[in-house]
Amino acid sequence: MTIMQRTYSRRAFLRHTAATGLGAAAAFAPARFAIGQQAKVKVGLLLPFTGTYAALGHNITDAMKLAFATAGNKLGGREIVLVQVDSEADPAKAPANTNKLIVGEKVDFLTGPVHSGVAMAMVKIAREEGTITVVSNAGANAVTREMCGSNIFRTSFSNWQACYPMGPEMVRRGLKRVVSVTWNYAAGKEMIGAFREGFEKSGGTVVKEILVPFPNVEFQANLTEIAALKPDAVYAFFAGAGAVKFVKDYAESGLKAHIPLYGAGFLTDGTLPAQGAAAEGVFTTLHYADSLDLAINRQFRAAFKQATGREADVYAVQGYDTAELLIQGMAKVQGDTKATKALVAAMEATQFDSPRGRWTFSRSHNPVQDIYLREVKNGDNAVIGIAQKAVADPGTGCGIA
Amino acid sequence: MDPTSIAIQLLNSVQYGFLLFLVAAGLTLIFGILGVINLAHGSFYMVGAYLAYWFSATTGNFFVALALALPIAAMLGFAVERLAISYLYSRDHLHQVLLTYGLILIFNELQRILWGNDVHGIVLPAAIAGTVPLTELQSYPVYRLGISAFCIAVAAAMYVAINATRIGMMIRAGASNREMVQLLGIDVGRLFALVFSVGAALTALAGMLSAPISSVYPGMGESILIISFVVVVIGGIGSIKGALLGSMLIGLADTFGKVLVPEAAGMVVYALMALVLLWRPRGLFGAGAA
Repeated sequence: MTIMQRTYSRRAFLRHTAATGLGAAAAFAPARFAIGQQAKVKVGLLLPFTGTYAALGHNITDAMKLAFATAGNKLGGREIVLVQVDSEADPAKAPANTNKLIVGEKVDFLTGPVHSGVAMAMVKIAREEGTITVVSNAGANAVTREMCGSNIFRTSFSNWQACYPMGPEMVRRGLKRVVSVTWNYAAGKEMIGAFREGFEKSGGTVVKEILVPFPNVEFQANLTEIAALKPDAVYAFFAGAGAVKFVKDYAESGLKAHIPLYGAGFLTDGTLPAQGAAAEGVFTTLHYADSLDLAINRQFRAAFKQATGREADVYAVQGYDTAELLIQGMAKVQGDTKATKALVAAMEATQFDSPRGRWTFSRSHNPVQDIYLREVKNGDNAVIGIAQKAVADPGTGCGIA
Repeated sequence: MDPTSIAIQLLNSVQYGFLLFLVAAGLTLIFGILGVINLAHGSFYMVGAYLAYWFSATTGNFFVALALALPIAAMLGFAVERLAISYLYSRDHLHQVLLTYGLILIFNELQRILWGNDVHGIVLPAAIAGTVPLTELQSYPVYRLGISAFCIAVAAAMYVAINATRIGMMIRAGASNREMVQLLGIDVGRLFALVFSVGAALTALAGMLSAPISSVYPGMGESILIISFVVVVIGGIGSIKGALLGSMLIGLADTFGKVLVPEAAGMVVYALMALVLLWRPRGLFGAGAA
């Protein structure tokens, strides 16, 4: 993996240099034209535009652009300047990249990233600098727990929130003995931990918690273990290539016919074409589904398709809501970014009518949102119900909650 | 663990070992006979997988895809050897590492341009997509068993080709003393190009065969590269027999490591390598091994 990330460093460096150059040019513009006209609002985007997560970064960005365009490309009457920095999904580069936006570009708002490791570094600096920051994907629990701050918002989800509701749901379905399986890394442990908490509270037993070395994708040994344990069901979290391979191996091993497969939403999101028939009948929970039957979702998806030629996904929805948060917050303070208290209060009070459904912020600035129960049917994550309504992350350890 | 589980885990180990062998065999050939540290070895694996995905998507038949992809992979190996690697035989390992690392970057970028960053899957033809029941719950894909059988055939063919044919004799001679073989009137350059193409094609074939069971994704080459170096080092550089035994050991260590010591599973194969090297610094069947 290290090798892969290095692949892009030179190009990314050039891109950064170019971005900084353009940004610097833009920074002079307001001073020159300031007379009789307000300065532009700078929105920083720290997202992966190259590498494995590039598609996620582009979808978030394009959905933000779409939302801004709908609002006339203005925030509280001031024109918007987007400053994009490629995070390369590299936590090691996150402090430098964050400083580039906060100190170098002096952005009014900072948004991103996809990767939780990048988020931890970004949020740490943003807390110290006081820049209003909107996390548009990374699900690390700490962002709206120990690391929370009055200037830190999250429009996506916490890992806990996306997975906890499946625990009670599985017990309701009569599945009491479960084996969990994930990669031995932070996100996997948070997701499985949340599921386990909900599951055991409702009276279920996790008979074994299998941790596979990250990013190993050879699962045969673990599948044999599962077969020997004969649980009522398996709860799994993997992402990307790991998700594709686990779901396929699980089906091929014959286990799927006897032991149903449940999992975190990302087990089957964006991976269904590669998983094919192997994913049929897998149950997951997430705060969104492509085929969610809401008028606003259909409109959003059509508009996104028209603007980009691509299908929208959960990342695009999060980007859209990130932009929506800035639009609504800035409208209430008439674009006065200096009125930080009023701006934060306005943002906190935002009522989202989102493609994922209606939601609001918790006291620790994480979404309070419905978590949908989805079943893979004909290559689609079909919503078959709401696993839990208005789920709020406990925000444990958050000083502002 | 009950006896049935142990038996199935042994099967898993052997099966994984054979997959590793197919990748490591090409690497040990190139490393041992040509003396080149080929970091781009994993790229051939990736190219094989992507070609298999691409051709089976366009032709709709996995076997046709294999038939189309294999000669392309061999030609690619030949081209890489002639245009790049052949200039490095007399250089030290640092130059080889730099150049082949550069090749990784080029192959990854080509992959991104040609096929994008999505994860892809290959659907197996119905004829080989069946499974064999092992216990009341678990069954085993016929395809995985087929791969194992195929790997045994490849191992045997390589063994015979290197130990019992004239060209094998020339290859062995070229490996131990390049100048002497040249003096005897044998075109070592052409011989080495052949070895490199075969090595690359073998690796690409491993990628093609693994593609339906692993999935096809960016960075898949790097993930296999390190473990194949481990196999080659354990087995002894240049030894096909060593690669086979090394693959089996790694398969066993990885499988049982995951089950018995899950917290340290990522470490088990490297611990095994360290132990083997302490015992035999040149690997199990390395040249000059004690």
